[in-house]
Amino acid sequence: MLRWKIVGHVLALLATVLLGGLLSATLVRLAPGFDVDEQELDPHLNAASVQALRAARQQHDNVLRFYFSYMNRAAHGDFGTSLALGQPVRTLLRDRAPLTLRLLSLGLGLAWVLALTMALTAAWLRLSAYDALTTVVSGTFLCIPAAVLALLSVLWNVPGALAIALIVFPSIYRYARNLLAKSYSLPHILAARAKGLGEARILCWHVVPVVAPQLLAVAGVSVSVAIGATIPVEALCGLAGIGQLAWQAAVARDLPLLVNITILVTLVTLLANSGADLIGHIVRGQRA
Amino acid sequence: MNLWRKLACAVLVLVIGASVAAGWLAPAGYAKQYREETNSPPSHAHWFGTDEIGRDRFARVLYGTRISLLLAPAAALLSTLMAALIGGLAGYLGGAWSRVAMTVTDLFLSLPWLFLLITARALMPLNVSPLLSVLVTFLLLGLLGWTTAARVLCASAGSLRSSDFVRQARAAGIHGQRLFWIHVVPNLKPVLYAQFWISIPVFILSEANLGILGLGVAEPMPSWGSLLKELEGLVSVGEEPWKFVPLVLLVIVVTSFHLLLSRQDEMAV
Repeated sequence: MLRWKIVGHVLALLATVLLGGLLSATLVRLAPGFDVDEQELDPHLNAASVQALRAARQQHDNVLRFYFSYMNRAAHGDFGTSLALGQPVRTLLRDRAPLTLRLLSLGLGLAWVLALTMALTAAWLRLSAYDALTTVVSGTFLCIPAAVLALLSVLWNVPGALAIALIVFPSIYRYARNLLAKSYSLPHILAARAKGLGEARILCWHVVPVVAPQLLAVAGVSVSVAIGATIPVEALCGLAGIGQLAWQAAVARDLPLLVNITILVTLVTLLANSGADLIGHIVRGQRA
Repeated sequence: MNLWRKLACAVLVLVIGASVAAGWLAPAGYAKQYREETNSPPSHAHWFGTDEIGRDRFARVLYGTRISLLLAPAAALLSTLMAALIGGLAGYLGGAWSRVAMTVTDLFLSLPWLFLLITARALMPLNVSPLLSVLVTFLLLGLLGWTTAARVLCASAGSLRSSDFVRQARAAGIHGQRLFWIHVVPNLKPVLYAQFWISIPVFILSEANLGILGLGVAEPMPSWGSLLKELEGLVSVGEEPWKFVPLVLLVIVVTSFHLLLSRQDEMAV
């Protein structure tokens, strides 16, 4: 069963790469300036050389041929050259990925700690005033645009990772709170409490196994939310990561760069979701 | 209707009423520049002060609210209809149709929303007229925001397909389009209604994010996104607190939309 699930996820990833590649190739081909080569403006070239350059470009007129050549180059790590920055897309991504990864891992870690602490304390204390307070706090952050939180983090000199955490934690908190509240009202938890089991033991032995698969699913979704948050945070906080690169590419209409970033981000999100799904499947299997 | 829902309704009626009456409350309009009063603090003439080129911030907030509150529901309607068509039909037809539609939906869902939006926005010319930029921004939101709703609707339609009354209708000889439009779609109404209300605050926030990043509504047309872009120039929070008026208004309106979605609606989702 698990093997089929893994095969399904791998097929979905492959389909994404192929469909995404076709979409990228089509968009890059349709981008303004695709059919223009500045080499033609070189006064040293004679008419025959200009004609040879044009003939070489005409090979790309066929979309399918262009697609295969694009995928072939992509398979060898050549994702084209950024129109706006004039550098290979691969170099740009390689240089900026470490910062984004650091931001994402720190931001997600903080968001989960914050959300789970609030949800757990709300479930343990069972005070309506505390529950209302945590709901209002998370609800307020949910109603503020991510870009405004990024701007405020600049004003208050807050690190970018914390801004990402504040953008992501309300979504995690909402699910975690509901899941924990539901689990703590289950009959076997009430029975455990009546038998005098400690809160830590109830949490580890009786609550976590019940909520783990659903929380793992939320973990996959939270990666997607955090990746989306990197655009405003990096763009407005002046952090040279992939989010800022995507924003610069969008403003400059640099489609080769933007489309490649979007596909990369989609693959990372799919991998995160697949990983969460497979771990959830294993956890459910162990419980059964 | 509980107290919070009544309060949310009252707030929305007030805000929508004020934005509809923008022409009467701020007759000078959103584009008029008072060159001798640039960056002025709130006064009798300009309740929320003026911006860096002397435009009345009160007028811009009113007109911006009108644009955001008129077009976000329009985009929500478009995305809900698309979700109903794609998700509802996939769920109703079931089998391979449902699997293909949900695979495509999952692929769309894997794309982080903001990345998808800025990619689609970058495909459009950035130097379009202000009016066209408003339409393009909200049209994109509507066209790309159907995925989550489609998943929910597919599941709902799928459960209706095997329900007793649909089987009974089938046994009575009702098939195809008639069965879908007369027996399935009316029973999807609560889910459609909930999805519509959920989408509005999502689209308002997305437009605000795009506007702050400079990829939303073009100047001089105001929207909450373009108004919030002003916060970029702030040096400290306490310096010019009146610049936070659009943010406060946006938070109040988005909260009101969240409150309007009752527990029953959430259950329907």
